[in-house]
Amino acid sequence: MEYIFSLEFIYLIASITYILGLKMLGHPESARKGNLIAAAGMILAILGTIFLYQGEVAMHIYILIGVAILIGTIIGWAVAKKVAMTKMPELVSLFNGMGGASAALIGLIEFHHYIGNTISIVTILAGIIIGSISFSGSMIAWAKLNGTLNKPIRLPKYNILNNVIFLVLVAFATFMAYTGSDSQLYLYILFFGALAYGILFVLPIGGADMPVVISLLNSFTGLAAALGGFLYGNMVMLTGGILVGSAGTILTFAMCDAMNRSLFNVIFGGFGDTDATASEGGSSTIKGSIKKTTASDVAILMNYSQRIIIVPGYGLAVAQAQHAIHELEQLLINKGIEVKYAIHPVAGRMPGHMNVLLAETNVDYDKLAEMDDVNPEFQNTDVVFVVGANDVVNPAAHNDPSSPIYGMPILDVENAKQIIVNKRSMKPGYAGIENELFYNQKTSMLFGDAKSAIQALISELKGM
Amino acid sequence: MTELIDFISNNLQMIYIVILMIFVGVEIIGHVPAVLHTPLMSGANAIHGVVIIGAILVMLGADPDNILAQSLGFVAVLLGTLNVVGGFVVTDRMLEMFKKKK
Repeated sequence: MEYIFSLEFIYLIASITYILGLKMLGHPESARKGNLIAAAGMILAILGTIFLYQGEVAMHIYILIGVAILIGTIIGWAVAKKVAMTKMPELVSLFNGMGGASAALIGLIEFHHYIGNTISIVTILAGIIIGSISFSGSMIAWAKLNGTLNKPIRLPKYNILNNVIFLVLVAFATFMAYTGSDSQLYLYILFFGALAYGILFVLPIGGADMPVVISLLNSFTGLAAALGGFLYGNMVMLTGGILVGSAGTILTFAMCDAMNRSLFNVIFGGFGDTDATASEGGSSTIKGSIKKTTASDVAILMNYSQRIIIVPGYGLAVAQAQHAIHELEQLLINKGIEVKYAIHPVAGRMPGHMNVLLAETNVDYDKLAEMDDVNPEFQNTDVVFVVGANDVVNPAAHNDPSSPIYGMPILDVENAKQIIVNKRSMKPGYAGIENELFYNQKTSMLFGDAKSAIQALISELKGM
Repeated sequence: MTELIDFISNNLQMIYIVILMIFVGVEIIGHVPAVLHTPLMSGANAIHGVVIIGAILVMLGADPDNILAQSLGFVAVLLGTLNVVGGFVVTDRMLEMFKKKK
């Protein structure tokens, strides 16, 4: 009976809540409950660790721990509650970096306690390297999503340089473990070296790929936590860390899949970047001309339609037009028009981000159609309204084998009777390639910022 | 080499856990709709905040006179808490919006 109050038992319960929580997070109905269950397990594990600790601990240490947790809770809670939904991806990156830094600091402190025990030293050094990379990489990812760093920065021969730095780090750590060195200087050289590598690793990667990078760094932090678990023989750190490490890796591949890219390509490929500048001026490969339209024309067209599908994209998220688009949708539904949203898996700033944004405005979950379900419906659709999406509706993915996005699953909007595309300008999308959809006979372009364009549409429709 | 074999035999339980957890993680994430990728990533992000347990253990085991270790430990606990609390709260906020309108 006493076992129930032991730390081992509490850790067992906590580990189960993580597995259960993650599992439930994978289903829309149970997701929220799953998150709360995992959070409850975490609180249990933290309280257990503090209050069931065997050993003499000075009072002021308890106070320090309490103060640190209190400050962290207040700041974490406030930031998480206050942040705008469009800023979600960078916040996840920020919190991920905090975890990585925490793991690295643990290694820095524990290093000299384990001199002589090679396996433990290897664990600690690996934790420092991975945790530091996760921290500095996450900070760069955060800055990129924030817009502070908006251009990929590439040192000459950056791929070779990065790989060399990484190999040197590993070699240096191996040397430290092998010689059993207790040098604090070496330890900090390793720490700062890993921090520098994290920065150089993320800097060359474009902003649109940041979700994949964050997901990857997420699994790195999981691994760093698991290494801590290995060091202490602490089961809850081990299970939680490995679980996130493996789940995060699979999630990273799933995200790459949705974008039709390999992880290798994301990290090492300068995808579309060189072409982007070259193709900006010349659209000579595509014949035909674009047709401009106005808000009032689009309003009339929509007013006399029966079925409309809205394709929201990055541009909608950037313009924060999610409330406006919901208002438009409601207005059209009240006129007896059938309206749906077609959500491409990588629409928005992160896979699934568009769903979160639209859910924020109380768009019915049933109105959000996934790509495979909605694609056959386009041919029976009167008007497709593409808002700030580009590459995910580019027919080149189907019919141009030379295109960099060839083979990427897209929304087949060109099957609809009429296509309205709202964009700020004719600038190519993230892939840096032209989109023949814009030159399609059935396509009309409604230029302007997503939010103001939609608001103009709303006022036109209200007047009808 | 003997050190490695000793290590494996001494830590067999942990090695079992590592291997099984890798498969559990893979199985759990398979077939999740893309809709939930962002909340799932955010939830997983909160769970690796379990690193805070290590930070607390560092603090509890710290030499009461070692100011440097305590300061670093303090920061580690603080950052770990940020990861845990921020992670779970942000995930909850995302998922709150998925509830169906009735």
